[in-house]
Amino acid sequence: MHRTQDRTIRGRVAVAGVGETTYYKHGKSPDAQFKLTLMAILAAAEDAGVDAREIDGFATYADDANDAGRLATALGCRELRFANMVFGGGGGGGSGAVGNAAAAIHAGFADCVVVYRGLAQGQGARFGQAGAYPNKIAGEPATWIPYGIMSPAQMFAMRTTRLMHEHGIERSTMRSIALAAYHHAQNNPRAVMRGRPLDESKYDESRWITEPFKLFDCCLENDGAAAMILVPADRAKDLKKPPCYVLGAAQGAEYRSSAGSHNNPDYATSSFKTLAPRLYEMAGVKPSDVDVVQSYENFTGGVVMSLIEHGFCSYEEANEFITFENLIAPEGKLPLNTSGGNLAECYMHGLELNIEAVRQIRGESSNPVAGANVALVNSGPMVTPATNVIVGSEATL
Amino acid sequence: MSERATVLPTGIPEPVPSPDGLDAAYWEATRRHELVAQRCRSCRGWQWAAEWICHRCHNFELDFEPIPGPAILFSWERAWHPVHPALADACPYVVVIVEFPEADGIRMIGNLVGDPQQRVEIGATVEPVFEDHDEAEPAFTLVQWRRL
Repeated sequence: MHRTQDRTIRGRVAVAGVGETTYYKHGKSPDAQFKLTLMAILAAAEDAGVDAREIDGFATYADDANDAGRLATALGCRELRFANMVFGGGGGGGSGAVGNAAAAIHAGFADCVVVYRGLAQGQGARFGQAGAYPNKIAGEPATWIPYGIMSPAQMFAMRTTRLMHEHGIERSTMRSIALAAYHHAQNNPRAVMRGRPLDESKYDESRWITEPFKLFDCCLENDGAAAMILVPADRAKDLKKPPCYVLGAAQGAEYRSSAGSHNNPDYATSSFKTLAPRLYEMAGVKPSDVDVVQSYENFTGGVVMSLIEHGFCSYEEANEFITFENLIAPEGKLPLNTSGGNLAECYMHGLELNIEAVRQIRGESSNPVAGANVALVNSGPMVTPATNVIVGSEATL
Repeated sequence: MSERATVLPTGIPEPVPSPDGLDAAYWEATRRHELVAQRCRSCRGWQWAAEWICHRCHNFELDFEPIPGPAILFSWERAWHPVHPALADACPYVVVIVEFPEADGIRMIGNLVGDPQQRVEIGATVEPVFEDHDEAEPAFTLVQWRRL
């Protein structure tokens, strides 16, 4: 790899502001999707202490329906200099949108980029339902949709079956991830599952969605919007909140990861095996330096893969390491999804996980990890492209 | 056991050949109850799902040939929550991935026929069951799998 000192974003860009709307159950938002998105962007700008008219770049993912040009126009932004979307229809692009925003700022394309995601699932397509499928289906999807693979759970369950088969991953390991998320959500005023705690028996007795996924292995479906404001590092020092620096970011997947009909050669993967080393190299940290992790939970089985592929434990250690006690803030060895994440805070397609990483570095989390300086976020898993990012405090520079 | 002649009921999306012609030979073969996959005329490698180019040697001349050797159950899932209105009374059902070790390990998707609550075993040998949908317009045939 040829990387000069210029070919890194480490420490060059900072997250200056984060914000979100109220998070709602799906279909329950009183506001239109576009209005929610505007509200979240204004909240992030307020948090940063910048005028939203200064925003000159827009970065999103997941086929976000809220057009960047319309947003810039509605907000009266003085000039649009960067508009960008990560490929992939799911949440895999969330951290990648942060990385793209940072890259655009470092490259000089833009000076104030907002990363955003807005969705009101009652007003558009829902990921968890197949109702939008046409009567006839052609191309590669014709090799699986007619066999009843129509929802994300059905698309990813067989990877988890294979993970469990190849590596002896136990259900209790997946359950720990759900329990930790719900535990953290109880302290989080934004969490839609606050006041609805989860315990082992409630998990064990929950219904199957698609075996091997039970109800609590699956993400929620929600309405709302979230946003993050990124600016050059030197500008961030003059703003309201302590800067949260982008230390590294990566996107992509392994060889032939998108081979159709489940033909990707390395099947039971979160697609982070090639990204994680690149991320750590750019960020200049090791897995043992990471104080807190936000790991995208479309399904708990994918989180197990992600934690292993980011080097936090081996396949052999996974059942012993990925436990409730180890995953909870503040004392756990690897506090995970400390806002409740996609399982219990809100399914904002993982942007809430990226925001939580910033709050941990600022000490503003509702489940703070004391002295957290390095936070890792990954978005994916099991999709192409998967993306990840590491953010850090001033002390990491 | 389901009373239906097909694993899943009608009303869910029906396969049609790709308008660009890429996979027409596959769907035509299923109507003859033949299971074929793409094979490169140059390097003789197997490839699935269908693509316009051989990923190994970049040859554009690919044929559809009968798949040799056994089919091995590679992974599975059991869908309990119906996500399409037509599946409301069809759950649970089992989806499997089968692997063809003598065809470069290509894999295909199908349903496992029989009791939907049967124990499913990775590594089991399975055989194709051709499920005709003659009444559909256009008619098509799905390839399902049964334990040997």
